[in-house]
Amino acid sequence: MIRIGLRERCVRVINRQHSVLPGFGISLGLTLMYLGLVVLIPLSALVVKALGMTFEDFWQKAIADPRVMASYRVSLSAALVAGLVNSVFGFILAWVLVRYQFPGKRLLDAIVDLPFALPTAVSGIALVGLYASSGWLGGWLEGLGLKVAFAWPGIVIALTMIGLPFVVRTMQPAIEQLESESEEAAAILGATRGQTFRRVILPILVPPLLTGFALAFARGLGEFGSVYFIAGNLPMKTEIAPLMILIKLEQYDYHGAAAIGLVMLVASFALLLLINLLQAWTRHRSST
Amino acid sequence: MAGIITHTTGVSGQHAQQRSRVDRDPVWVRWTLSFLAIGFAILFLVLPLVVVGVYALSEGLRVFLSALTDPDARSAIRLTLITAAIVVPANTLFGLVAAWAIARFRFRGRSLLITLIDLPFAISPVIAGLMLVLVFGLRGWFGSTLSDWGVQVIFSTPGIVLATLFITFPFVARELIPLLESQGSDQEESALTLGASGWQMFFRITLPNIRWGLLYGMILCNARAMGEFGAVSIVSGHIRGLTNTLPLHVEVLYNDYQLAAAFACASLLALLALFTLFLKIAVEWKLSRDARLAARDAIIETGLLPVRGDRSPRSTSPSTPTT
Repeated sequence: MIRIGLRERCVRVINRQHSVLPGFGISLGLTLMYLGLVVLIPLSALVVKALGMTFEDFWQKAIADPRVMASYRVSLSAALVAGLVNSVFGFILAWVLVRYQFPGKRLLDAIVDLPFALPTAVSGIALVGLYASSGWLGGWLEGLGLKVAFAWPGIVIALTMIGLPFVVRTMQPAIEQLESESEEAAAILGATRGQTFRRVILPILVPPLLTGFALAFARGLGEFGSVYFIAGNLPMKTEIAPLMILIKLEQYDYHGAAAIGLVMLVASFALLLLINLLQAWTRHRSST
Repeated sequence: MAGIITHTTGVSGQHAQQRSRVDRDPVWVRWTLSFLAIGFAILFLVLPLVVVGVYALSEGLRVFLSALTDPDARSAIRLTLITAAIVVPANTLFGLVAAWAIARFRFRGRSLLITLIDLPFAISPVIAGLMLVLVFGLRGWFGSTLSDWGVQVIFSTPGIVLATLFITFPFVARELIPLLESQGSDQEESALTLGASGWQMFFRITLPNIRWGLLYGMILCNARAMGEFGAVSIVSGHIRGLTNTLPLHVEVLYNDYQLAAAFACASLLALLALFTLFLKIAVEWKLSRDARLAARDAIIETGLLPVRGDRSPRSTSPSTPTT
């Protein structure tokens, strides 16, 4: 009992120490007000609009419509493949950036952030310049029988470019924190470098790798600008889910747009939760 | 989501040199991986940037310049600048206020608040645009009331500003919260104890301490504000010369098959991105130097390093206001 009382008193003292600083009420109040105006009112408008529909109507507009369903399939499959490609090459890029020394390393490290800074419309039009049949790589690839621009592979390429920094920037600190002692111990105990990688290094890096994948995947699901240019936007083939929202709005079908919006919103909340769990797992792993 | 990405420069260099022979990768592995990494980066990062520049100038400098001085392009540039000029200060102020409340005080619902601030990173820009249409569109919550008053939000500048506000909402706050938390409030408390007013404390202690992080957040916020496409394309209505921002103007030119002009406008945005990256590197360098200096000062102060009086440690002389 006394202990608990003491602890409570300590907490109170700590709290009071914090409250020496001025401006709590006004800063929290302003934050909540601004948050409410800019984020929460629009968010609730979408939820109210979508939930105001009958279930039948919602199902018809968001699930049963084959064109909408096809757009989910395109979005999911392209984001999944792009996420996998990024997991492999993002891992390699992060490994090379942390472990090796070579000229131009700082430049390589800096340019990884380019997709964060480059407007997505620019990425999109640049990829068209590269992969359209008259483009630098497009003609050559079509000679090999692979049509990239205005087809599904183009969407994958756009999402790969957009998602790359997420994997690299999640993996880099994780690789930096690897303790060289465990690798040395494995080597001294007779493991080959390949065995050390598979049994010692890779298990530690699985949680951050999954986090990076989930971040890239989530970004890929919501991405619009770059895909809009390179996808060609053919109904049933290369329309992505965000584009369907735009199309519904252009037809003044507000309910249809809100229904698809709610489906995507739920998907991104689920991913957000997953990412938070993965990060907690990473922290847990690195602390034990 | 981008808030998770932390600054990682600085350490890796020493790390790699200290590696012992045992845990180094074999030479062929090193060459293969380096080749793959650099090849992938060239294919997905360098080539797209180069292609924009080359196509922009493909029909000569005159076409390039006339694409940028075209009245529609000029009004698009103006609208982009106006939007950024409203959005960046507004979100900077919000970021400062929110970071102060979250990093300096403990209260119920604090982690929920952090999640809510992060929300716009998790939501597709198109959905952000859709939400605004549902609130301010003619058939939305406030749309008809506002249009009775003669205020148009959707298909007009206010809608574009609101969409951009939403999209770039978390940047500054995300940058400042961890920074403020890591610095602690000792200096601020001593300033207050010595008689400083709240504003004096803020302008002489807090703001100087976080200036690089603040600048960093503002740079990212600005880049996104000027380049946003998805959310803005939903609320703008694509009225040429009126509600097209520069990224939307690129789209219009592209759909008109005016490729050289589209690439010319895109190259302007690409230059903005390169400038952003350059500033970001400079600020990161400053941040890591500040962190190193602070760490050294901490070591000197605790007496672990016998170089006392060698150089004046920064942290012992917080410019306390004289009252």
